[in-house]
Amino acid sequence: MAGLDLFAAAAVSTSEGAWTVAEVTQRARYLLESGFPRLWVRGEITGFKAYRSGHWYFTLRDAQAQVRCVMWRRDAVRLRARPVEGAEVFVEAMPTVWEERGEFRLTVRQLLPTAADGRWQVELERAKEALRRDGLLDPTRKRALPPYPQRIAVVTSPDGAAVRDIVSVVGRRWPVASLYLVPTRVQGEGADREICRALALVNRLPVDLVIVGRGGGSREDLWAFNDERVARAVAAVRVPTISAVGHETDISLSDLVADVRAATPSAAAEAAVPDRAATQRTVEALARRLAKGLTGRTVVAHQRLERTFDRLTAAVQVQLERRGSRLAQLAGKLDALSPLQVLHRGYAVARDESGRVLKTVKQFPDGGRFRLTVTDGEVPARVERP
Amino acid sequence: MSKSKASFQDELARLEAVVRRLEDTDLDLDEALALFEEGVVRLKTARDLLQQSELTVKRVLEDADGTIRAGDLGP
Repeated sequence: MAGLDLFAAAAVSTSEGAWTVAEVTQRARYLLESGFPRLWVRGEITGFKAYRSGHWYFTLRDAQAQVRCVMWRRDAVRLRARPVEGAEVFVEAMPTVWEERGEFRLTVRQLLPTAADGRWQVELERAKEALRRDGLLDPTRKRALPPYPQRIAVVTSPDGAAVRDIVSVVGRRWPVASLYLVPTRVQGEGADREICRALALVNRLPVDLVIVGRGGGSREDLWAFNDERVARAVAAVRVPTISAVGHETDISLSDLVADVRAATPSAAAEAAVPDRAATQRTVEALARRLAKGLTGRTVVAHQRLERTFDRLTAAVQVQLERRGSRLAQLAGKLDALSPLQVLHRGYAVARDESGRVLKTVKQFPDGGRFRLTVTDGEVPARVERP
Repeated sequence: MSKSKASFQDELARLEAVVRRLEDTDLDLDEALALFEEGVVRLKTARDLLQQSELTVKRVLEDADGTIRAGDLGP
């Protein structure tokens, strides 16, 4: 290594040109810090000590070697629990030299248990940290779901129980919607890339909402949803997202990034759509308010109209009454002129068969038939001259 | 497939706005009538949209050339 060669060359010197202890430890620290990237180290914890300052000191060891470690307060506070003595852990660390003691040690930034799910857990924490740095886990990013979605994309396996559950719940609650199934594999090699592609496809669909997920499975089965690229693809969807990775106990990275997290695909469908019957009640309540709103508005106009109508009928009534009395007078006159009144006094009218009034003697030939109209009816008659 | 259909959400939001305006007291009769007529149309659209009782399920596929197709959900 070039650095070490230089160091070796510099070390060849006389006693007059000797290095100070500080110089050599400082030089060692520079070399160490520049020669190692930040790295993950696996080991067993021993001699753990947490100081009142909040800094943690411990030794990490394995069968062949050991190294002193320090974890500063700012990093230690992020851990929920202190590691127990003898625990097998992963640390994300930077090798350095503690100059005061000339001691080689690791500055630990992150510490994770290996017990349950070792490397995966480490990778998950790393990915989560990366997403957090980019602000994708910021709660203020979360968008509200549309209250009445009409087109819903579903990113899942076409063969799984998830799609059946979602179709069943949405069909029951909100059949008004259309579902667009974007098929993808959800487990196995390459599933992560397929899910990313399906989510990118969703951005080209005219949908209001997307549900992405799968039914329950083993931790390995669900792993694609802990892939950082999948989480980033979920975050990049332009419509609100519901993540449903069927597993009650663990929350996947996709769950953390999505706008809403549901425990199962059925729960995701419940969260995605309103209930049609309840919505119909809302609409009918508005219908009643609409009708009532107009009635209220027209009452004033209606009252004015009624008052006008009343005055109009009153005026007409007066006119009618005035004309009515004149009519009675005229009727009396007509009555006086009526021939019926004459008959009433004992006169009779003679008519021939065709109804012609007979007024002269010549109009009554011998044996001729005629009719007499008297006050209460008609009498048939015949001319008989003696 | 992006056939533009009246959005239930928009219809309902507009209907709510119409009703609230109509319930507002200082409103002349002509305006009230116009609002009422609009409300009746929105109400009908909203009711019609809610009538659909069979869920549509499509399967989306992307062709090699990037064209998107939505077909009925096959086996």
